[in-house]
Order: sequence, then structure tokens, then C-alpha cells
Amino acid sequence: MMENIREQVRAFLARYIRDREVADDEDIFTAGHVNSLFVMQLVLFVEGELDCPVADEDLELENFSSVDAIVALVERRTAAVRG
Amino acid sequence: MRVQLTAEQQRAGERFAAFADDHLVPYADGWDRAQELPRAVVHLLAEAGHLGAVVPADHGGAGLDAISFGLLHEEAGRACSSVRSLLTVHSMVSYALVRWGRPELRARWLPELARGTYLGAFAVTEPGAGSDLAALSAQARPVAGGYALDGHKHWITFGQYADLFLVFARLEGRPAAFLVERQRAGLTVVPQAGALGTRASMLAEVRLTDCRIPAENLVGRPGFGLSAVAASALELGRYSVAWGCVGLAEACVRASLAYADTREQFGRPLRRHQLVQRMLADMVTGTSAARLLCQQAGWLRESGDPASVHATWLAKYFASTAAVRAADDAVQIHGSRGIGDAYPVQRYLRDAKVMEIIEGSTQLQQITIAESAYQVRPRPAGGVEPRRPDAEGLIR
Repeated sequence: MMENIREQVRAFLARYIRDREVADDEDIFTAGHVNSLFVMQLVLFVEGELDCPVADEDLELENFSSVDAIVALVERRTAAVRG
Repeated sequence: MRVQLTAEQQRAGERFAAFADDHLVPYADGWDRAQELPRAVVHLLAEAGHLGAVVPADHGGAGLDAISFGLLHEEAGRACSSVRSLLTVHSMVSYALVRWGRPELRARWLPELARGTYLGAFAVTEPGAGSDLAALSAQARPVAGGYALDGHKHWITFGQYADLFLVFARLEGRPAAFLVERQRAGLTVVPQAGALGTRASMLAEVRLTDCRIPAENLVGRPGFGLSAVAASALELGRYSVAWGCVGLAEACVRASLAYADTREQFGRPLRRHQLVQRMLADMVTGTSAARLLCQQAGWLRESGDPASVHATWLAKYFASTAAVRAADDAVQIHGSRGIGDAYPVQRYLRDAKVMEIIEGSTQLQQITIAESAYQVRPRPAGGVEPRRPDAEGLIR
């Protein structure tokens, strides 16, 4: 399931970062690939397409900074829901 | 692309239109001239439930869907852009809490905002920071039990009436958002008059001097969290203004159709003159196109689609520039009467110009939309796009 999530995240980022492939551990914010609107689009993507509600406490850069970080966030949230 | 409204949305739109026709349209010119919106209008809006538009029902609000929210702002914008501005900023503060407020913050404030017992205002703009949020100079510093704020905000819509400000300031170098109640010591409101348009929007400077607030008034988290708080609220503001511009353009259409139907020149009504028909045709087409873009943004927004962000920028850019063109033509059709204050079209023109500046200027939108267009264009075969030439013009 998480590999599927990883593919979805990669595909989403590829819509915004188009002239190169992004490594899973690459920081998409410090590399300057995205603009300020992207934060909103990324949160909507994680909530809508990955079905992972994003709460105030999740809003830390390290949760959204790379493919690995986003997958880890979804994993944690999914595990929390399962209990 | 979905454009049709549900029966429920149509009924809501009719209700909003009736409210605007009964309570706003007859008085809007007077409020503009006086540069003041009577408090009684705020109470009327509260009684009608319009101040709780974005607040969920479980917190006492109307919990409108995105399209119905848009229809409310269209009808308000058709009547009075100052009232629409009130709905916009109040909804922005409410929505920031709905979306990112902690449960206790939502429980404390959302019922008050929904009832209108507290009026919200969005305090971000500073003398040195408008579109560029990174240039914020207002400062927050941790003190025992909370934060102390120092800074100077200006052009704060409904700052004169607001009871609760969402203030953006730097906390240890990172931007953050704070709720500041009007009665806090160290917060001073200074009315601002003389704006070109939306003259009844009770603009104010807000000065913060060692203004102490409790720790729980921090909304969201500093830094990255603030990006989400600000983006969510500004996105809603942009969406609201886009719909308000549809209403403004619609008001231009209605005023122009009526005037061109009765005013005669050279022995026939203006509506029979082809150059006037050109203006009417452009006005009607621009208004319809703007409404469709707003509806598209609304459906995407309602479904939580990331594409709603781009769609909202398109809608606001097109609707605001269409409103300016419509108002410009409406004044032209009215001739000498268009520049006097016996007709509302000069107000429409002044208000429309403001719409090109607030919630992202036209130029900022052009830059953003052009950049985003590269994200939504179809990918070439093979997936990854060709590499760009480097500084020496070589593709390596």
C-alpha cells in the first residue's frame, strides 16, 4: 500500500517539478522547485488523493519536505487511525 | 466542467439576492458617500446567518458549500462591495480557525464569529509589506504565559468595527498568526478615510505596542504552518473577491441595460446604437465568463481538488479585470450622468479598480498564472520534459 502512496506522491510532484526527476529524499522546498501556492496544493493532495487528514500539529516542514517525508506522514497517520 | 447549480443552491442564491435587493441595494450609494456602513447592517447580516457562512453547523454556522458561499458573495458584490468586503474578511478569519485552529480555539471563537457577536478582521498588510508576506515587520516575542506583539498594520478592512484581529507577525524570525481581541491593552485602532473605492469598508490602521496575548491565541504553527494558515485564508479571500466581481459586473450590466433602454440620442434609444451594443455585448459576455470560472473554481474547491488553487487564480484575475472593463463601459454608456453620483456606476468603477489590487494584484496574478500554466500543460511523450539550456546556452 505504501509503495502505491509513494508512486502517487512522485506523480503529484512531477506535475509541479517538470524538468527533472526528484529523488525520494530530496528537499523540494530548499531546492527552490516550488512556489508559495504549492503548500496549499500539497496539503489538498495529501488530504484528498491520499485520504490522509492534515491537522494543525502536522504542519511542520519536515512532514512535507520530500517524497520520503510525505510517505512517512501518511504512514504515521494511517497507523494512528488503525490504533 | 460542471456549471449547473443544484436546486438547493438555486434557492440559496434567490434568498441571497432578495436580501441584497431589500437591505443593501437601496442604501449602498449613501454608505459610499458617507464612507460608513451603519452598524445596523452588520446586525442584519448576522441575523440572516451570513456571518457564519464558512462556520460548520456544529459550531453554530451555516456551513455553506463552496458554490452557495460564492452566490452569497456574488449577490453582496452586486449590491455593495463594502458589504462584500466585510463578508470576505470575516470569513477569512473564521476559515483560518475552521481549517487550522486547535479544537479549543475553534470551540471558543467559531460560535461567536458565526453569530456575529465578534467581527473578524485580517491584519496582514503593513506600510512595507503587501503582496510580499516575507517582508512582514510586525514582531511577536514570547513572554510569560504568551506573546507580546509590536507592529503597525494599515488598510485593515473593517478594522474600525472588528472585535477580533488575525494578526500576522514574526515570531523568532518565522512568520506566525495570532488572534488579538480588540480590547487587549496595547492595541489601537485609527480610522482611515479617503480610499478610492469600497469606501464604506471601515478601513483602519492597527497599531500594536507591547500588546500581550495568551499562548493559546497562536493559530497554526510558525513558519511552514503559517504558510498553510495564510494560504488557506487568502485563497478563500481570493475566491470571495472573484465572486464579488461577478456581482459587480452584473450590476454594471443591469444598470447599463436599463439606461441604454430609456436614454435616447439622435432619435433612438442608446441600445440601438451599434457602438453601445458592442459595450453591452462585451459586458454581458465578460460577466458570464467570469461566473463560469467562479463556478468551476467552486466545484473544484468543494471537492478538495488541488486544481482549485489554479482555478481560483484564473477566476479572480478574469473576474476583477472583467469588472473593471464592465464598470468602465457602464460609466461610458451613462455619459455625463455616469460621472455624477446620481447613478451608481461611478461607484462600481471605483470599487472595481480596488478589486484589481486586493487579494493578489493583477500583476501578481499574471505572474502566478503564467508560471502555473507550465504545470498544467500536457507533458511531452516520455514523461520528463527536455532540459533547459544552461547559462552558456548549452543543454548538457
